[in-house]
Amino acid sequence: MARQGEIAMDNAYGSGEKAQSPFGEFCTRLGRRRAALCAGFFLLVMYGLAFLAPATLPFGPNDFDYMNVLQTPSLAHWAGTDEFGRDIFARLLNGAKLSLLIGFTSVSIGAIIGILAGLLAGYYGGLLDALTMRIADVLFAFPGILLAIGIIAILGPGLANVIIAVAVFSIPAFARIVRSQTLSIKETTYVEAARAAGASDVVLMFRHILPGALGAVIVYFTMRIGTAILTATSLSFLGLGVEPSVAEWGAMLSTGRDYMMAGEWHLTLFPGLAIFITVLSFNTLGDGLHDALDPKLE
Amino acid sequence: MFKYSLRRLFALVPVLFVISILVFLFVHLLPGDPARLLAGDNATLEEVETVRRALNLDQPLYRQYFDFIGHIANGNLGTSLRTGEPVTTMIARAFMPTTWLALSSLGWSVLFGLGVGVVSATRRGRLGDYIGMFAAVSGISVPPFWLGLLLMSVFSVKLGWFGTSGFDKPSDLILPSITLGAGVAAVMARFTRSAVIGVCLEDYIRTARAKGLKEKIVIWKHALRNALIPVVTMVGLQFGFLLGGSIVIERVFRWPGMGQLLLDAIAFRDYAVVQAEILIFSAEFLLINLTVDVLYGLINPKIRYG
Repeated sequence: MARQGEIAMDNAYGSGEKAQSPFGEFCTRLGRRRAALCAGFFLLVMYGLAFLAPATLPFGPNDFDYMNVLQTPSLAHWAGTDEFGRDIFARLLNGAKLSLLIGFTSVSIGAIIGILAGLLAGYYGGLLDALTMRIADVLFAFPGILLAIGIIAILGPGLANVIIAVAVFSIPAFARIVRSQTLSIKETTYVEAARAAGASDVVLMFRHILPGALGAVIVYFTMRIGTAILTATSLSFLGLGVEPSVAEWGAMLSTGRDYMMAGEWHLTLFPGLAIFITVLSFNTLGDGLHDALDPKLE
Repeated sequence: MFKYSLRRLFALVPVLFVISILVFLFVHLLPGDPARLLAGDNATLEEVETVRRALNLDQPLYRQYFDFIGHIANGNLGTSLRTGEPVTTMIARAFMPTTWLALSSLGWSVLFGLGVGVVSATRRGRLGDYIGMFAAVSGISVPPFWLGLLLMSVFSVKLGWFGTSGFDKPSDLILPSITLGAGVAAVMARFTRSAVIGVCLEDYIRTARAKGLKEKIVIWKHALRNALIPVVTMVGLQFGFLLGGSIVIERVFRWPGMGQLLLDAIAFRDYAVVQAEILIFSAEFLLINLTVDVLYGLINPKIRYG
């Protein structure tokens, strides 16, 4: 997908002759963004560990141990234990899995709906376009977290509802990006040629226009996962997300708050650090992809 | 200019209409009987019926909607289930603490973000730029509630400089304001940097440099002034973001504001309050957006005469 996007974007910008394939050039450019590579590597390692954890860690995320409650970090418990003696490191890795599940699913749902809406609005224009963009404007007028809280207030808390809430506020941004890309790609010569060759609207939209818009979508998708994780953990912190007992970063911070007041710093330090580094990595990776996909910068 | 502002104001009407319908439908979207939801879980059948008649919930939906709008026009937002107070009183009490929090955060973060952005832009590709932009991307990525907890654990729990909850004296504003403004400062810094870099490529900057102006004057007077046009839009958007973000921060610092009121209302299923809060928040965002549009027209001649 990235490859097709790159080819089409290069065509759209009318770049000159190249010694390298567009995908090869993209890799070279990305290779020069060391921060983005580090971020991508960190995410791979973290999610790799998270999926290996049940098989390799001596503690599960929900194993109670009343003999060892509220322990500070040690060799046995790398991030210490919580008020029930549960190993915080194991809970952090479980939280990583949840963050990927929530972030990826919600942004994917938002992206699919947003892409479809943007593509149809940009391609057909007219009333459909005006209506879609007005709805996007209304959704955009609200900060994401308030929209998410409003949706949770109607649907009730829970993992699935958090995913829906986060998905809804991802829609308008994707719709806008794809619409503006569609508007410009629609006018290119190759789309005109395809239309002259008798391609149907559906083929034009999905085979000729969409691949050209994917570059911008991929960048935004990556950044959006960071935002989605921030919002989802905020909701859990507020008690509007997953059950408080679930090993999720925001829920861990929420229960850790009271122990922090009593001086138990490790219950809040590690989950927060996990959110911070994960979101930072997604944002840095997105920045790198953006720079690597935009040939105008160099 | 006046015509432009008027046009923007009229453009709000359909949006307000849609939002009022959504807020009105809110109690009808919830699973269960709206009269029972508004009367509370422990209400007797008679009480439920009283609420039903008082709010005309037995009437057709469109009649109910006009009643709803009529009540709002009279400043009647209903009564809270939890406290029995009029919702307007509760909101009036919570409004100022949140406004203070949002304004103080906006103030420091915009100035700070502008400064960092300009410095980063002028030292592009050098150490200062890298530090500034790393700080900025960190500020965007840090979970605000965690930053608040960290600041609180150091400055309130360990050092004892500030209280840990409530809004009793002006110094209570400091930690929540730093927490809430961090993200905005980061966004402003990134945005200002790219705006200034963009402007610096323009011919008039080359002219200013060529005629021998000091670099300081070129940057702070000629470049920044033109870079500010998109930045003003950004400030407005960020103010809306601050009002939203304050919901989370208010929970961390037990701040007696609109966010805390909303969260309590959701937790206690106090739907009259939830409805009113969503309405007020929406109105605030729309007003902010309108102000931004008008300001944008004032400073950008292209729009004023367009």
